[in-house]
Amino acid sequence: MRNFFKKSKLDLPDYWRSYENLFDAKLPEKIEDITFVVLDTETTGFSYEEDRMLCIGALKLKNNDINVGDSFEVFIHQDHYNQQTAEIHGILKEGKATRLEELETLKLFLAYLGNSVIVAHHAGFDVTFINTALERYSLPKLKNKILDTSTLYKKTLIRSNLLVKKEHYSLDELAEKFNLSVKDRHTALGDAYITAIAFLKILSKLKEKNISTLKQLLRIY
Amino acid sequence: MKNTISHRVADFLKNYPPFNLLLLEELQELSTQISIVYKEKDAIIFNENDVPHSHFYIVHKGAVSLNKTQTSTIVDICDEGDIFGLRPLIANENYKMEAKAHEESILYAIPITTFKPYATSNREVGNFLIDSFASNTRNPYSKSHRGTLYGEPESTEIYNPSTELLDLQPVKYSKKLVSCSPKTQAKVLAAKMTSKNVGAILVLEDKMPIGIITDKDLRNKIVTGQLPISAPASEIMTSPVITYSKKLTITQAQMAMIKSNISHLCLTKDGTVNSKAVGILSKHDVMLAVGNNPTVLIKAIKRATRTKEIKQVRKGIMMLLRGYLDQNIPMTLISKIISELNDACIKQIIKNSLAKLDTPPPVTFAWLALGSQGRSEQLLHTDQDNALVFEDVAPEDLEETRAFFIHFAKQVTQRLNVIGYEYCPAEMMASNPSWCLSLSEWKKNITTWITNPGPDEVLLSSIFFDYNNVYGNHDLVSDLSDHIFKTAKNYPSFFLHLASGALQNPSPTGFFRQFLVEQDGANKDSFDIKRRALMPLTDAARVLLLSHSIKSINYTAERFEKLAELEPNNAELFMAASYATKALLKFRTKQGLAHNDSGRYISLSKLTKAEKIKLKRTFRTIKEIQELVYIRFKVSNLLR
Repeated sequence: MRNFFKKSKLDLPDYWRSYENLFDAKLPEKIEDITFVVLDTETTGFSYEEDRMLCIGALKLKNNDINVGDSFEVFIHQDHYNQQTAEIHGILKEGKATRLEELETLKLFLAYLGNSVIVAHHAGFDVTFINTALERYSLPKLKNKILDTSTLYKKTLIRSNLLVKKEHYSLDELAEKFNLSVKDRHTALGDAYITAIAFLKILSKLKEKNISTLKQLLRIY
Repeated sequence: MKNTISHRVADFLKNYPPFNLLLLEELQELSTQISIVYKEKDAIIFNENDVPHSHFYIVHKGAVSLNKTQTSTIVDICDEGDIFGLRPLIANENYKMEAKAHEESILYAIPITTFKPYATSNREVGNFLIDSFASNTRNPYSKSHRGTLYGEPESTEIYNPSTELLDLQPVKYSKKLVSCSPKTQAKVLAAKMTSKNVGAILVLEDKMPIGIITDKDLRNKIVTGQLPISAPASEIMTSPVITYSKKLTITQAQMAMIKSNISHLCLTKDGTVNSKAVGILSKHDVMLAVGNNPTVLIKAIKRATRTKEIKQVRKGIMMLLRGYLDQNIPMTLISKIISELNDACIKQIIKNSLAKLDTPPPVTFAWLALGSQGRSEQLLHTDQDNALVFEDVAPEDLEETRAFFIHFAKQVTQRLNVIGYEYCPAEMMASNPSWCLSLSEWKKNITTWITNPGPDEVLLSSIFFDYNNVYGNHDLVSDLSDHIFKTAKNYPSFFLHLASGALQNPSPTGFFRQFLVEQDGANKDSFDIKRRALMPLTDAARVLLLSHSIKSINYTAERFEKLAELEPNNAELFMAASYATKALLKFRTKQGLAHNDSGRYISLSKLTKAEKIKLKRTFRTIKEIQELVYIRFKVSNLLR
C-alpha cells in the first residue's frame, strides 16, 4: 500500500498543482493590495472525524470592496446527517438547493480560493474541517495564510483594568458590537458576510494602532 | 449568480427609489452585479474633478457628505437609501463635487452600464434619478440635463425648487419695544436693559428712532471712562439708526446685519428713519428663525416613535449648537440647552424601548448617565457611559430580574448607538451585568470602592459619582447618593485617594511652557484637551465638592461656582476655574464641530496664535487648582 503521508508531488491531481503553483508568487505587503477570502462553513456538528461540511460560503474582499457576484456558496451532498444541528443551519438532508459532491466542491473552492488570505471567525474550526475533507481525498492541507477575526478583535479592545476580556468572542457578540444585522446568521455566506464587515471595521480600528501590513496582521496572536 | 448576499442587497434596494420601481427579478439580477464598498469615516469616495467612476452609489449604512472643496461647504448629506455620484450616468463629465464618508459607511456601488438600460426604458426611474441629481447638486439647472439621458430636449416642464425658501419668510421680531428718551441717563437705561433682559435699547424722539444703544456702546463709551455714568442717551447712542421695513425677510435681515456689521436692526413702519419704530430685531432672533429652535426640537423628539426619527432630530441639535457657538451665547446656557435636548433624546429612546417590551419591568428602575454625560458636559456625540439600578427583589428573583433589565438595556444601548453614541470601550454600560445592579448591590459596590480605594476603585468612583438620573425612579437614586455621602464621611481617607487620583492627569505644558503633545498612536503630535486640560478640572471639582457633601450639582463649571460660594477666601480661584472649564469646553466643542469628531485631539498647527494664548491662559488656573487639592487633602502623605 502506498504511504499516505509521503505521497509524491507528482501523484497530486492537476487542479491541486495549479492551486499550489500560485503560491510561488509573493503576496503584496500592503493590506489594500491583498485579496482576502472570507469564509464560513456549516457542518453537521463539531467533531472533525465524525461530522461533515454541508455548505461552504465565501466572498472576496479587496481594498474595502466586495463584489457580490463573485461570491462562493455551494451546498454539499453528505450521507452523514445530524438532526440537532439542522435546527441551527436549517439545511435539510434532501433540501431543494442543488448540491454537489464533496470532492467537486473542494475542486471549485480551491480554484476560487487561489493564493488569497483566508479570513474566518474562529478560523481554526472551518480550516480544519476543510483540511480533514481534503485528507479524505489524499490531498495536502490548504497552503493559504489565515487570519482569525476573533483574535484580531481582541487586539482592538482597550487595555484597561476595568475591562475583563474574554478568551473568545462569538460572531454574535461582534455583530452586536458593530451593529450588524444578524438576519442571515447561520447560513454560510451570511456568516461570511457578517465576518467580512466585522473584519473591515476591525482593520480600520487597527489602522489607528499603525497596523497596516499583512505581516503585522499575521503577527497578532 | 444569485446568493444569500445578493438576496439581502435586493431586499434593501427594493425599499428605496428608484429601485422600488424595478421588477423583483430585475432587482435580483442587478444585485448580483453590485459591489459592496466599506468606507472609514472621512475616507474619500471621489474627489472634485475626478474621472467618473463606472458606478454610482447608494448609501446602505452611515452617511456621505457631498462637498465643494474650494469653498469647503457641505452641499448635501446622503443618508441610508440616498443615491449619489449620478453625474456619469447623466452627463459625460468629471465629478463636480467631492464625496466623503461623513460617518463610517457601507455603500453599494451600482454599475452604470448595467443600470442605464433600466433608466432609459423606465421613464419613472429616469425622472427620479434626475431629480435626485438636481437635489444633490442643489442646482436647479441640472434638470436641463434631462435631454441628455433621453436624447431629446424637454422644454415643457419648468423647474420648481421644492426647498423651503427662507428668503420669502418674514422675520419674527420682538414687538415689545424697549426704548428710552434722548435724555435718559446711562445708569437708568442700563438698569432698564438689565431688567428687560435685552442687549439693545432704542432711543426715541416723538416715536421716531434717532439712535440705538447696545451693550457694546455701554462698554466702549461708559466703562472705558470716556463718558460719565450720568451721560444722557443722546451722547452714548449710535446714530443714525439703520432701519428696515417690518416686511423684511430672514435672508434680507441676515444680509443687512452682515453688510453693516451690526447685531440689531430697527424696524419701522415704512422702513425709513422718519416713521414710527415698531420693533427691534437681534441676531439671536434671526438665528432662531434660520436654525432649529429648542422648543421645536423638543417637540419633534417627544413625537418620535422610531430611532431613525430621533437620529434626524439630533442633526438639528448639532445645527443649533453650531449657531449658538457662532453667536457667542454663554457656555453655561449652551450646555444646559444642548444637554437638555440630548437627555430628551435618551429619555425618548428609553420610553420607546419600554413600549416595545413584551412585558413591563417587574420592579422600578433608574437609568443613570455617567461621566461627562452625567455632568451635562457632553455637547457632541461621544461615548455612552451608563448604568442601571433597580429596586431590591427577593434573592431568588434577583438573577431573573437582572436578566430582564440587561435585555432591556441592550435594546437601549443599541438604539443609542444608532443615534450616534459610540459604545463605551470599557463596557461601562447598563447592558453589562456588572453595571446593571439592584440598589443594595450598588450600595455594596460603593462601600467597597470607598473603603478600599485602590487606583481602579478611584477611577470607578470618579466615573460613577457623576451620575445623573436620566429616567426612572428618582427615590432609588437619591437613596444611592445619601449612601455615598454617609460612607465617604466615615472614611475620610477616601478623599485623599480621590484627590491623588485627580492629580494623576498629565500636565498640559512642559518645562518651557510649550504644549505637550501625544507621542504616538493615531493622534500623534496632537494635543489631548480632554486628558490634559479638562479632566484635571473635572476631577478637582468633584473631590472638592464631595468633601463638602453637596449633591446634585454635576456640571463642573457650576461646581466651581458653588465652591466659590462655600469658600469665599478662595472665591477668585474657583471663579477662574469655572471660567477655564467653560472656555475649554467651548474650545473642544468648536474643534469637534469643525472636524466632525469628539474634538478631543487638537492639531496645534491649525490653531491661531490667539487661540493658543487663550488655551495657555487656562493652564495656570489648572495648576493652581491642583496645588490647592494637593495641600488641602495632604496628598504628599500618600505615595504618588
